[in-house]
Amino acid sequence: MRDAPSSGWQDARLHVVTGKGGTGKTTVAAAMALTLASGGRRTLLIEVEGRQGIAQLFDVPPLPYQERKIAVPPDGGEVRALAVDAEEALLEYLEMFYRLGGAGRMLKRLGAIDFATTIAPGLRDVLLTGKVKEAVTRTDKSHRVYDAVVLDAPPTGRIGRFLNVTAEVAGLAKVGPIKSQSEGVAALLRSPMTAVHVVTVLEDMPVQETIDAIGELEELDLPVGTVIVNMTRPPLLAGAKLTQAGLSRGLAAAGLPHDRATVTGLLSEARDQQSRLAQEGRLREELDEVGRPILELPFLADGVGLSGLFTLADALADQGVHGH
Amino acid sequence: MPRNLTPPKLDLDAILADRGIRIVVCCGAGGVGKTTTAAALALRAAERHGRRTVVLTIDPARRLAQSLGLTELDNTPRPVTGVKAEGDGQLHAMMLDMKRTFDEVVLTHTRPEKAQEIFANPFYQAMSSTFAGTQEYMAMEKLSQLSAVDVADGGWDLIVVDTPPSRSALDFLDAPRRLSKFLDSRMLRMLLAPARSGGLSVLRMMGASLNVFGRAMRKILGGQLLSDVSTFVASFDSMFGGFAERAERTYRVLQARQTAFLVVATPEQDAIREAGYFAGRLSEERMPLAGLVLNRVHGLAVPDLSAERSAGGAEALGAGGGAGAGGGKRSAGASLAAEVLLLHADLVRQVAREQRIADQFRRSHPAVPVAEVPAQPEDVHDLEGLRGIGTSLAA
Ligand SMILES: Nc1ncnc2c1ncn2[C@@H]1O[C@H](COP(=O)(O)OP(=O)(O)OP(=O)(O)O)[C@@H](O)[C@H]1O
Ligand SMILES: Nc1ncnc2c1ncn2[C@@H]1O[C@H](COP(=O)(O)OP(=O)(O)OP(=O)(O)O)[C@@H](O)[C@H]1O
Ligand SMILES: [Mg+2]
Ligand SMILES: [Mg+2]
Repeated sequence: MRDAPSSGWQDARLHVVTGKGGTGKTTVAAAMALTLASGGRRTLLIEVEGRQGIAQLFDVPPLPYQERKIAVPPDGGEVRALAVDAEEALLEYLEMFYRLGGAGRMLKRLGAIDFATTIAPGLRDVLLTGKVKEAVTRTDKSHRVYDAVVLDAPPTGRIGRFLNVTAEVAGLAKVGPIKSQSEGVAALLRSPMTAVHVVTVLEDMPVQETIDAIGELEELDLPVGTVIVNMTRPPLLAGAKLTQAGLSRGLAAAGLPHDRATVTGLLSEARDQQSRLAQEGRLREELDEVGRPILELPFLADGVGLSGLFTLADALADQGVHGH
Repeated sequence: MPRNLTPPKLDLDAILADRGIRIVVCCGAGGVGKTTTAAALALRAAERHGRRTVVLTIDPARRLAQSLGLTELDNTPRPVTGVKAEGDGQLHAMMLDMKRTFDEVVLTHTRPEKAQEIFANPFYQAMSSTFAGTQEYMAMEKLSQLSAVDVADGGWDLIVVDTPPSRSALDFLDAPRRLSKFLDSRMLRMLLAPARSGGLSVLRMMGASLNVFGRAMRKILGGQLLSDVSTFVASFDSMFGGFAERAERTYRVLQARQTAFLVVATPEQDAIREAGYFAGRLSEERMPLAGLVLNRVHGLAVPDLSAERSAGGAEALGAGGGAGAGGGKRSAGASLAAEVLLLHADLVRQVAREQRIADQFRRSHPAVPVAEVPAQPEDVHDLEGLRGIGTSLAA
């Protein structure tokens, strides 16, 4: 295992994973939770968008609003998972501070809870991040319950607003539990305890959104961790000079057909690959300019699945991600 | 493998040439190529079919926006330069500005003083720019405005509509109703003016819960927000009918013969599943699905060379693990050939995988015509690139 220089994010206990839709946020968050749990640690993987992405990924029934053991790293430890539901979190909250009793359930059925979080989206976000904070700081007999918490967060387009909780609830009540809750959450999110990682693939729009999101996060003083380039492929033929004659000789040596059609066909496939690589190279440079550590995860041709997650977790470990 | 799945071919040129079709809507899951497809079709309609076309784009990629001349988010269709139009063909492009569109709707439904009041309301400001569903609603609204003027009166001859990036293609159909339902919600009214206890105990209990809830909400949300919401509802009330009516009218336009829906998908599991849901939903709504655009499909230049033979050949040449580095000219040539073969083997597997996924769709929707667009080695961001996509779409 290579020793990566510690650059702050390594010490974080809360890892927030964002990225453009579909770039692999849920997958990467799960892999990271596995990596951080390895060696006998315990981590919690949280999702907040009500999509049951974790359950789908691990191929288990929908997660309740309850922490469940979901995976075990090969060398011991455990990953638990939680799907936070804003309505449940609000009910929990109201119960704690206002003792609603059975009325709470009734309100939920009436759609009142949904309504409240709809007119005040900031309320929803602060409830969700509040639950995350509770898990990060929870202790049992003065020991932390979780060595690390990984959050499968909303996409880049919404991440700034989601994490900028104090501003979000600024329009809400000036006193009371929500106010103090949001201050506590804001303090955690702006501390070295937190690292926000941005997942991308080497395509135009995801890279653009990554750069924009990092700018926004920096502006908001939120601690950016790494950029995680997902679904990378080996750079076959990078910069290579291909010729008809050379390829034809190679094919002959391999005992394969080397007629003109085969040679020109293979050459055109190879040229497409080279122009794709050239574009990826340009995008990679744009990412380098952001000045954040870059981690890479391979594209798994056979799909992710549980064994794929272990492969990705190992790849993260090899690049210096480790629990503590 | 049995290859007896020969679905009807999607004839996009016929659609673009058909003067009876005035609206083409491109739907699909996030990132599949809706904006690219919409722009490519609009360009082709102007260049090949002589149509006076406007394309309504939503959040286009930066470089594509630049090549369409979309530098400002001002809700105004502008002519695209560099279009080689045929006959009366024209291409205008615009980018949706959802806040401005919402403001326009408010303005058309209410007196100017009242409108100013609404614009100044903090809750309206939040809702018109960040509410989930607002973008979909406003895209529908803009479409409705663009189609309001008849062709005979100088209106657009063809309107190509891109849809907002969202996880689910269904959002385009559902979000507007959800928003108008919210604006009209009983809850909104009840919360702001808690129900008096009625005769029924359930009602009384509801009233009681709402009062407790109302108090709790007031503590949590604060009096300010609730009063903003309540002022907003009061000033919005008079125009609500207009809102719902507009949404219904647009819905009817979408059901008419003059509209063609295209669902765009990449040959990947999630995108195809979404396309399937969408196709099912359209037929329930009796909206006309013209076909599936299968975008970013990989192809083989040497289809006869199998993955196994190709990988075997690479191995024979000593590929794998970066072995054979250094050495003379001959081994460098051999290792390049080996890489070409490895690449081909990967591509064969990918093409097979994509084929399997696409076939699932074809099997479950045998009547839906399909057009395939090959994956380009680079992003599509200029008119030349769009022409290329247009050619494949119509091929
Ligand atoms: N390294 C990888 N190799 C191959 N496939 C991958 C890889 N990472 C993710 N995927 C696949 O890409 C798809 C999207 O991944 P995932 O669901 O993790 O993304 P997401 O960013 O969470 O998406 P969403 O925005 O919808 O929540 C999934 O089908 C997943 O299996
Ligand atoms: N056939 C293709 N080959 C290669 N790249 C393509 C192809 N079609 C689209 N792209 C690229 O894929 C990216 C996404 O395309 P596009 O913006 O059209 O998708 P979209 O469905 O509108 O996305 P969103 O849901 O985010 O609005 C763009 O960078 C575009 O250039
Ligand atoms: Mg996800
Ligand atoms: Mg788009």
